[in-house]
Amino acid sequence: MRPFAALLERLAFTHARGAKLALLQRYFAATPDPDRGFGLAALTGGLRLATARPAQIRALIAARTDPELFAFSYDHVGDLAETVALMWPGGSPGGEPPGLAEVIGELERAPRSEVPARLAAWLDRCDASERLALLKLITGGLRVGVSARLAKVALAGLGDGRVSVEEIEEVWHALAPPYGALFAWLEGRGERPDPAGAPSFRPPMLAHPLEAEDFARLDLADYRAEWKWDGVRVQLAAGPRGRALFSRGAEDISAAFPDIVAAMAFAAVLDGELLVVREGAVAPFADLQQRLNRKAPSARLLASHPACVHLYDMLFEGEEDLRALPFDARRARLEAWFARARPARMALSPLVPVSGRAALAALRDGAREAGIEGLMLKRADSPYLAGRPKGLWWKWKRAPLSIDAVMLYAQHGHGRRGGLYSDYTFGLWRDDGVLVPVGKAYSGFTDAELTFLDRWIRAHTVARFGPVREVEKALVLEVAFDAVQRSSRHKSGVALRFPRISRIRTDKPAAEADRLATLLRLIGPGDD
Amino acid sequence: MTVPAAETWLQVRPQGLYCVPGDFFIDPLRAVPRPVITHAHADHARPGHGAVLASAETLALMRARLGAGAAGASQQPAGLGEALTLGEVRLWLAPAGHVLGSAQVAMEYRGRRVVVSGDYKRAADPTCAGFEPVRCDVFVTEATFALPVFRHPPAGREIAKLLASLALFPERSHLIGCYALGKCQRVIALLRQAGWQRPIYLHGALMPLCRLYEAFGVPLGDLRPLAGATRADLAGAIVLAPPSAQTDRGTGRLTDPVTALTSGWMQVRARARARGVELPLVISDHADWDALNATIDETGAAEVWVTHGAEAALIHAATRRGVRARALRLVGYGEEAGEDGGGRQ
Repeated sequence: MRPFAALLERLAFTHARGAKLALLQRYFAATPDPDRGFGLAALTGGLRLATARPAQIRALIAARTDPELFAFSYDHVGDLAETVALMWPGGSPGGEPPGLAEVIGELERAPRSEVPARLAAWLDRCDASERLALLKLITGGLRVGVSARLAKVALAGLGDGRVSVEEIEEVWHALAPPYGALFAWLEGRGERPDPAGAPSFRPPMLAHPLEAEDFARLDLADYRAEWKWDGVRVQLAAGPRGRALFSRGAEDISAAFPDIVAAMAFAAVLDGELLVVREGAVAPFADLQQRLNRKAPSARLLASHPACVHLYDMLFEGEEDLRALPFDARRARLEAWFARARPARMALSPLVPVSGRAALAALRDGAREAGIEGLMLKRADSPYLAGRPKGLWWKWKRAPLSIDAVMLYAQHGHGRRGGLYSDYTFGLWRDDGVLVPVGKAYSGFTDAELTFLDRWIRAHTVARFGPVREVEKALVLEVAFDAVQRSSRHKSGVALRFPRISRIRTDKPAAEADRLATLLRLIGPGDD
Repeated sequence: MTVPAAETWLQVRPQGLYCVPGDFFIDPLRAVPRPVITHAHADHARPGHGAVLASAETLALMRARLGAGAAGASQQPAGLGEALTLGEVRLWLAPAGHVLGSAQVAMEYRGRRVVVSGDYKRAADPTCAGFEPVRCDVFVTEATFALPVFRHPPAGREIAKLLASLALFPERSHLIGCYALGKCQRVIALLRQAGWQRPIYLHGALMPLCRLYEAFGVPLGDLRPLAGATRADLAGAIVLAPPSAQTDRGTGRLTDPVTALTSGWMQVRARARARGVELPLVISDHADWDALNATIDETGAAEVWVTHGAEAALIHAATRRGVRARALRLVGYGEEAGEDGGGRQ
């Protein structure tokens, strides 16, 4: 636990990619098997553990500390796991904390009801930093800004260039924690692990955001256009050895989408966008979010939120690797295959006709319906390359919408922003002069703006409801968002997609903030 | 003879805490004719006083920081433990362990003893005399870190973290934010104890007080001004600067430094992140939660007055142990850009 806790502590404050890699590499190089493999699994989301709920953690600390002192402390720290880690009585600096392998081994076997007691016994053996690592592990919230990809880059570094990160990704899904065979291969002590027996993930090709000056330079004759869907990028890998649905970050999300996996009765590796589609119409992202949140969806959810994949590329057909072919040739193979295979729950993402710069720009700006966030431009001759090669694929999101809203409530952030007021509920004026909440934003501001907002909120609080502060209706926030949809779940009747604070309008009086009617007009008539 | 309650002769005035029968203030917030100063941090030692009573070290530090003209019209050094009489009050200073020269103020009047702690810590510090508990009837304590989440780790372990980071990033300078009086010298002394004998580079604002510490017999090793250092000197070097100067011109020359900050507030991750620090080091010159409570008990005081900090939690904890506790509303401490300031909202 000690090296892992030290790693997490440093990662929590390290933003530079190079420094993160150095920290990860030192951890992998200096930590023995099997602990380092379990550490790798914890960082890359590869663990399936009996976990503890926040209420159980609260019960543990309540049995050991004074409730008022806990309340004072939690209010100050703003993060449950951190408060408990710091307050936990006793704790022996110099004592021997449990190893990561010991913890994970027991959690894999332990019935859920026994987790709290074991956790308490471990916490007694740890110092504050180790306690925090343990609690974050057990509550499933490491959040240290390490993607699976970054961990794999660090692993590639461990092999002194013998093994590339792409080679690691190709065998990754045949491996399981604690990854003894992988480390042996990387360190030149063992053979390459055989990925046969499991469908494997191929690193996806990514697009660059298209800026105005890039667009002006493009020769559109060289490009093909597709809709940029507002879903989740997925890779479908299926064949005689099995089926898997992967996220863009190589996470296996098959279990959450049994409806898609059931439809993968083919031998191919396909690239596409995961969406919720009802009777041919793409549902708002919020609907997909509900599916993504369930590791094991109920039959009811499967029926009410049917998933679908819009396919746009083909990496393998059977055993044949198509990735070196140009885009046009792959597209032809995809279309021909699709016409034959006719897989359920899948559709071809159509090519959008390119008829000049102005027409294309108009299409992109007009793309306001649910499920579309702009256009993709792909070079007709582009091979399918891992990573984000320059100049081949572009994503061209339509400009965000924005409104000037009034801050209504603020709440402590958790985790990274614990202790600071970083979650803001904002509202718009109704015609009767009442401010109604229309959304919540947690991002978009700089650190300096966050400090300003935190101070402003503390100085302008008019009421408190537990962790929430109601503030004076006096601060105007410019909120940018990607789309607006009708929603029966919100009091205002609307839901914003990805709202974020784009500016603090201290120059604008609250009375001049936007009206709800203005926002409602942005909802297309076809979206009712 | 009835024993007058302490609050009748030790009162909060707009200028600060006032001892009526002795006619003096303790750490007044504005210029007064007769102050007793616990230590030389700017929020406790203000300029322009009349006759200042303090430890010899505190007086020297005040002269260095405020200039001889502003450090009191006259200065009266008091040795630690040396009993004096001011008006009807018997008074002496006892070591507080906060920074060089820091002292508690013990006062006796008509059979009652009150001790004002000033700022203090209980952890060992090679740069100043350690805190000595004084038995008393009323203990006036600071409460900067008075929440059970603040339990400072051993400073040596934080220094080990710094040294491990230097080993991992041997080309990067490590720029450590530390308060000019006390924290800076303690960090240097801890580094020397841990075996770091290489030169340590200092931002210009830190050098004078380091020289003064050395003059009082605290060796700090090879210290060099940051201004004269070359890029090659600074690769993998330790550089100390006041927290406010971590991004200014002097330190801006460092290429890709690891930024560290030494403060008790670094214990809470959100606070460390808000400061944009890559390597938070929990090194504090204040008593932590356990030390505050242990100290209250060791003084044997039946009554505790709690000054600046998280008073409510400490009052709650003391009350539960049968100690009468109340908040002493003194506004204005913790305003120096040092450790106290970091925690204010």
